[in-house]
Amino acid sequence: MTPKLEISAVTKDYAPLRGGLAVRALDNVAFSVSEGEFVSLLGPSGCGKSTLLMLIAGFERTSRGHISVDGREVTAPGADRGLVFQDYALFPWKSLIENVMYGPLKRGLPRRTCEEIARRYIDLVGISGFENHYPHQLSGGMRQRCALARSVANDPAVLLMDEPLAAIDALTRNTLQEEILRVCDARDGRPRKTVIYVTHSIDEAVFLSDRIVLMSPRPGRVFDIIDVDLPSPRTDATRQHPEFHALTKRIWESLKIYAKPE
Amino acid sequence: MERGTGLSAEKKRPIGRGGAARTLATPSSKPPPQSDPVSTSRMSARQSRSLRLIMLPLLIVALWQLAAEFQLYNTVLLPPPERVATAAWSLLLSGELIRHLVDSLRRIAVANLVAFVTAVPLGILMGRYRPFEDFMDGFLNIIRPIPPLAWIPLAILWFGLGEKSVVFITLISAFFALLINTIAGVRSVDKSLPRAALTLGASQRDVIRDIIVPATLPHIFTGLRIALGVSWMSIVAAELIAASSGLGYMISYYREVLRSDLILVGMLSIGLIGFAMDRGLVWLEGRLLPWRTRLEM
Repeated sequence: MTPKLEISAVTKDYAPLRGGLAVRALDNVAFSVSEGEFVSLLGPSGCGKSTLLMLIAGFERTSRGHISVDGREVTAPGADRGLVFQDYALFPWKSLIENVMYGPLKRGLPRRTCEEIARRYIDLVGISGFENHYPHQLSGGMRQRCALARSVANDPAVLLMDEPLAAIDALTRNTLQEEILRVCDARDGRPRKTVIYVTHSIDEAVFLSDRIVLMSPRPGRVFDIIDVDLPSPRTDATRQHPEFHALTKRIWESLKIYAKPE
Repeated sequence: MERGTGLSAEKKRPIGRGGAARTLATPSSKPPPQSDPVSTSRMSARQSRSLRLIMLPLLIVALWQLAAEFQLYNTVLLPPPERVATAAWSLLLSGELIRHLVDSLRRIAVANLVAFVTAVPLGILMGRYRPFEDFMDGFLNIIRPIPPLAWIPLAILWFGLGEKSVVFITLISAFFALLINTIAGVRSVDKSLPRAALTLGASQRDVIRDIIVPATLPHIFTGLRIALGVSWMSIVAAELIAASSGLGYMISYYREVLRSDLILVGMLSIGLIGFAMDRGLVWLEGRLLPWRTRLEM
């Protein structure tokens, strides 16, 4: 079986600015992700985790190596790779339902069908009743729920998430972590979503992931891949699980050398 | 370049607060209402604001009239308000004021329409595609510092005295106001928005139509307000020289016959019409872009 997402020997260099040296953001990064897997990219800032996500999304090209989704090489952005942004990136001139309908409409589905899909996903993320509100009228947590609904409603092969909860207050964050897992679960005869999740929070990565790709900075490299064997569904009890603490401790031990002040 | 006057910022704030209040509203499937429950107190706030707005003009008119009554200055050079009002009334009755006003307005409308349909698409392309901007920039930046009035001799050579020359001069000034604001608007679009659209299946063309244009509309509105403002400046100058009708022509005609009261009628008409048009645009923007309140908060 071909992996859902394959990253093979990816290197990304940025051209030097005014006589400086070229910057190597990613160096020979390789791993693969299978269908339905939740994989986090975890590392200190400068480790290239967001760069890698942008390469997978197709906004930038690799300098060397390939990225493929379902066996097709990534060359440009496309609807098969949905993206959830840290700053939500909701269209401010569209109501919530219009935001969620955008992807299905672009797929050429009839308007009525798009509306049904949008309502279903707005309901799924728990913001029904706010369909006709504009993004600026809602809290950050609700906006991110809407952005999540917008991406998942479009049924991407791979869902990319770029620190989606970084700007959310800590209390809402825990709830939203569970919501993300629930929304990505198998439903309507579709398999569980394949997710690539960028974060710099160890707890978050352990709580959410099936596997965690640990990255080190300058240049960005993969230095460890950790399997997370916590029971599902993940709930508040998961956060008390001995394995949860063992894993967060182990990851902290291996990352803390990068947390030193420079 | 953000906006022509401070008026819009003041005007917007109450709307912004209304938006913030609605954030806490209970869920409802209907769109949030335009007016909120505190509208009575807001109404009186608006009335007292209108009162403050009109106070200084009234005071000036009163002092002016008094100064004229007591012969404190030469009333041939500056007739008292009472005479200006009489002159305005007679010009209105004879239809002369309306005729000149309509001529000027028509020229401004044509010039701004042409400027709009050329500058906005050009600005969107220039803002979106860097190489295209580099290609255009050298040329446009040499043309831009030339005052519209410096074009008058050439315009007369090309188009002769009359309508076309005046429209051309007005067009030049409106064009750059719109172009610069459109480019700035495209530049300021949050980079995530086109990216979000692309990952939802939009094509590059969809991105322009669905994302760049609506996201740039507030800046285009600002550009339009500035364009209308500079239109009045250049049209009057153009009409002084190159036309035989319009408010600018009217002013220069009555200068020749030394009717300072009628000159003042022309000047005040421009002031009032310009003000009304600007308010109209602000109102229209509030109606067409209700989501824009976000940017003011």
